[in-house]
Amino acid sequence: MTLPPFNESEEQARARRGRNIALALGLILFVILVFVVTIVRLGGNVANVF
Amino acid sequence: MAMATAQTTTKTAPAAARWQDYIQLLKPRVMSLVVFTGLTGLVCAGKPVNPILGAVAILCIAVGAGASGALNMWYDADIDAKMRRTRGRPVPSGKVQGADALAMGIVLSIFSVMLMGMALNWLAAGLLAFTIFFYAVVYTVWLKRWTAQNIVIGGLAGALPPVIGWAAASGAAPLNAWLLCAIIFMWTPPHFWALSLYTREDYAKAGVPMMPVVAGAASTRRQILTYSLLFLPFAIAPAFTGLGGLAYLAVSILGGAVFLLLAVRLARSQAGEASGERNDDGLYDVRAGARDARNLFAFSILYLALLFATLLGERLAGARALELFH
Repeated sequence: MTLPPFNESEEQARARRGRNIALALGLILFVILVFVVTIVRLGGNVANVF
Repeated sequence: MAMATAQTTTKTAPAAARWQDYIQLLKPRVMSLVVFTGLTGLVCAGKPVNPILGAVAILCIAVGAGASGALNMWYDADIDAKMRRTRGRPVPSGKVQGADALAMGIVLSIFSVMLMGMALNWLAAGLLAFTIFFYAVVYTVWLKRWTAQNIVIGGLAGALPPVIGWAAASGAAPLNAWLLCAIIFMWTPPHFWALSLYTREDYAKAGVPMMPVVAGAASTRRQILTYSLLFLPFAIAPAFTGLGGLAYLAVSILGGAVFLLLAVRLARSQAGEASGERNDDGLYDVRAGARDARNLFAFSILYLALLFATLLGERLAGARALELFH
């Protein structure tokens, strides 16, 4: 069993875990969003490069 | 005493902020309203938009509005703590640190504006940046604590989302887009002052110069009626500018008549004169004396929602605009 990194209560540790997961999901969604927007914006123009 | 309090605060472990508390910083109810009006602007522009880019535009408007809400909650934590309606917010209740709210507001502002610019166009991004700046700096920092005209001028921030949506779709902001903005802008004073008539004790306690606190209840009731008379032509105007159809004309006139009736009844009432007119259970639970103010406040929300829903419904259903002046 690993010790908690800070002197925090069980509730605080749970809340921190929840915040970290929410932030990770937000960042992943943002990356996907930028990728999808890029593909949509490029559209058919991708083929014209070659 | 203050030092003792500060020392106690530093020794106490910070409250466990849940991710839901950070969502509350974004004022989800306000976000849902700007999503609705922004979407109406986007659809009314009448230009074909890729559905994914359209969704990104609405997301950017929502996140931008949320960011300005977080900045507002950071700056206003001191007065929010004194008012019943706002003292449970994440910063004054101690769940989220003020600095975290500020950081979140700045980061989301930058992300939403940059994404809007890259995904849609820079006119929409510029309008979004201006809206965030206007709400967070011009309204929150400058107007709110300084003048009784705070919500009149500050209402521009809440009125801009349809223009941003329109610009996102078409890359332009023509007069019809600004007409949608004008509708919300002119709607704000009667809507907000009706509410502040029966919450004025909170505003007085917090030192916010809302109209009923500064000019008194009778003057506020008269001004609500004046602004209602000025607002209604704007509400009906889209039926004459090629924006609304027959359904819009009917809804705007019938709803406008009810709006005016409620404003007249409020002007003749004594709402805002007695103390303790609001009960503890939410914004709509008031004592008998404030019912006319509560009724106008509640109907104003319904009327604005109906106006935009009708415009949206007509466009999506392919109904023809009236174009009475064309």
